[in-house]
Amino acid sequence: MSVATAEARSDASAYEREDLLNGCQAVAQGVRLADVDVIAAYPIRPYTEVMDAISKLIADGAFDAEYIIADSEHSQFEIVKHASSVNARAFGGSSGTGWMYGFEALVVTATDRLPPLFLVGNRALDDPGAFGVEHNDAMAIRDMGWLLAWVTSPQEALEHVLIGYRIAEDKQVRMPMALAMDGAFLTHSQHIVKIPSVAAAKKFLPPYDLGERRLHPDNPISIAPQANEDWVMEIRRQNWEAAKRARGVIQEAYREFNRVFGDRYAAPYYFDEFMTEDAEIVLIGLGTVASPARTAVRRLRERGQKVGYVSLRWFRPFPTVELRECLSRFKAIGVVDRDFAHGSPDNGGILLHEIRSCLYPAKNRPAIVNFIGGLGGRDLSIADAQRMYEITAEAAGRDSLDGFVTWIGLRE
Amino acid sequence: MSTAPIIDYERIKGVKNVPLEELYTSGHRTCQGCESATTMRGFIKSAGPRTVVTGATGCMYVANTSYMTTPWIVPWMHTQLGAGGSSAVGMAAGLRALKRKGKIKDEKINVINFSGDLGAGDMGIGGISAALQSDYDLLIIMYDNESAANTDIQATGLSTYGAQTTFTPPGAKHPIMQRRWKKNVAGMLAVGHPTCKYVATACATYPPTDYLNKVRKALEIGGPTFIHTYDPCPKGWDYHPRYSNELGELGIKCGLYPLYEIVEGNIIYTYDARKNGKGRIPVKEFLTKQGRFEHLKDEHFAYIQKMVDEMWDEWEMPGVAPIKGILKARI
Repeated sequence: MSVATAEARSDASAYEREDLLNGCQAVAQGVRLADVDVIAAYPIRPYTEVMDAISKLIADGAFDAEYIIADSEHSQFEIVKHASSVNARAFGGSSGTGWMYGFEALVVTATDRLPPLFLVGNRALDDPGAFGVEHNDAMAIRDMGWLLAWVTSPQEALEHVLIGYRIAEDKQVRMPMALAMDGAFLTHSQHIVKIPSVAAAKKFLPPYDLGERRLHPDNPISIAPQANEDWVMEIRRQNWEAAKRARGVIQEAYREFNRVFGDRYAAPYYFDEFMTEDAEIVLIGLGTVASPARTAVRRLRERGQKVGYVSLRWFRPFPTVELRECLSRFKAIGVVDRDFAHGSPDNGGILLHEIRSCLYPAKNRPAIVNFIGGLGGRDLSIADAQRMYEITAEAAGRDSLDGFVTWIGLRE
Repeated sequence: MSTAPIIDYERIKGVKNVPLEELYTSGHRTCQGCESATTMRGFIKSAGPRTVVTGATGCMYVANTSYMTTPWIVPWMHTQLGAGGSSAVGMAAGLRALKRKGKIKDEKINVINFSGDLGAGDMGIGGISAALQSDYDLLIIMYDNESAANTDIQATGLSTYGAQTTFTPPGAKHPIMQRRWKKNVAGMLAVGHPTCKYVATACATYPPTDYLNKVRKALEIGGPTFIHTYDPCPKGWDYHPRYSNELGELGIKCGLYPLYEIVEGNIIYTYDARKNGKGRIPVKEFLTKQGRFEHLKDEHFAYIQKMVDEMWDEWEMPGVAPIKGILKARI
């Protein structure tokens, strides 16, 4: 039975110390280790603590970077984009409505094929105001040419700053990277984190080199001119080709990470499987849904139920082939969405639609049900997870329940 | 943190001494008589080749950088409509970090953003304000043709009172749809940013070489700097393209467009429209040469004249800041 999570073995020599850090503080350490050149900050809960932590590192002389307090998220993201264009490694981030406020800048960062990294501390979109996690903010960039991944622990968050920059900056890719992390549950929960050594980080992450596309007087190029119908289709296609190439680059990045830091991540890297080897019923979700789900799996297994959990890490590019191969061996799948797609074909969440589409060509197509839960930061409890497993099990082999959507924890 | 002067420029004395080197050259498709093209060509002649430029969305983006026919000899990049200030900050910060960390050669590189009145004066004013609070060496030039000239001539916050635009057409019930008084961007930025060492207004062609030297002065003084240029637009202002230079000159001479520079807090009039200076011609002489004011009646000319006279005769800082009272303490 495989228990392949990010908390797997590691090579002690690649890590210099342990510290008690929350998700934001862990990402700040990743930013330091990536030797980022330009940081642009703007406050919004919950991602904002990463900027607090970075500014303190700079103030204390532990880290050298330009630190800019922007006047809005739009300016913040534009600063990051343009710093990236002159070949400076740049970092930004946001949450919820702040992410949406700067959306125009996020779109052009991708179409300009620049590779900065952003932390998205997932937060519900206003109105009504809510500080808690919901995934619709980060999901909004899913069609815009970004790399998008969710992490499930501060350790993974730190390591994915290094992994993210490596993939994003690769010459075959050059796409911006959004590192998504559940607000509060991960941004502000403390874990013991192993901090890589500077030498190991340097060994893994090569210097940022835009090469012939850097903006500098020695390289007088024009970036993003007016192209119109003459060339826009070809340029869109190039963006997509880059996203396709990213799949191979992602694989190579994790293999190299494992070489430097020990056997940290299990193939195919895009997702982690928990107790799925003989499982018949699985749930799949993003981020911290993994915590109650894994506990529920252990408890249900004690009662002899063949259940497992798949924690999806990479959402863009979507691991279509790998996930199809993985999921088509189960009898029923419960997709847990911490988001909602209003007016969508299946009246469910975004992840549901992606997974149903992914499984449509599969020879053995399991029943798929959907759970909308934990919106606005509401807790998804172990009892909720157990209930989701029960509902999913009922759908196994019953076509009438395929596509059934349940709102978990809703007062009705 | 203080910023050192970036390049030791020579003052350009007379048009015969303007640099011959063209860094903004063929490949663009601006309109006949486009003053903004002259503004663009001028700033990069003044700044020289060790410069990186961003151009915000606007007519001078759309008309200047058709894919594969770029007119730019220097590195150039598009930035979003409201991102003029932040694009300059991003590039300046990136270059400074790379130089400090030894990742690129430590040399002087100018950072210039070119944004229009809609981009810089309306949408992007917050970002420019933030840029002027920073300690980066950068120059933001707002080319002001008083409309969204690429999108069909719509009014902006900088359009002259009474002007006809596609958003402000004169009608039987409302002869004046453009009822907002022109936003005072240079004055606002100068007054609001005590550590910004240089803010100027200019016109590419009048007085000759004045604008070119203001660009050089901004880059030489260093830190974040701002220049507002006044750019007559044949298409938007509705006049024959041959009169662009004359209209710029008349706009300045009638006092509608004050010409000055503020160097570390000192205002220097580069055309003195005050009574004790060279004085002013009537605004009507400027306005009646343009189709966009064809619908104006005597009462409208009188109102505009009154506002201009007030700006020059009653403001404590004529043409710069609309403060009429002297300092008094109420106890």
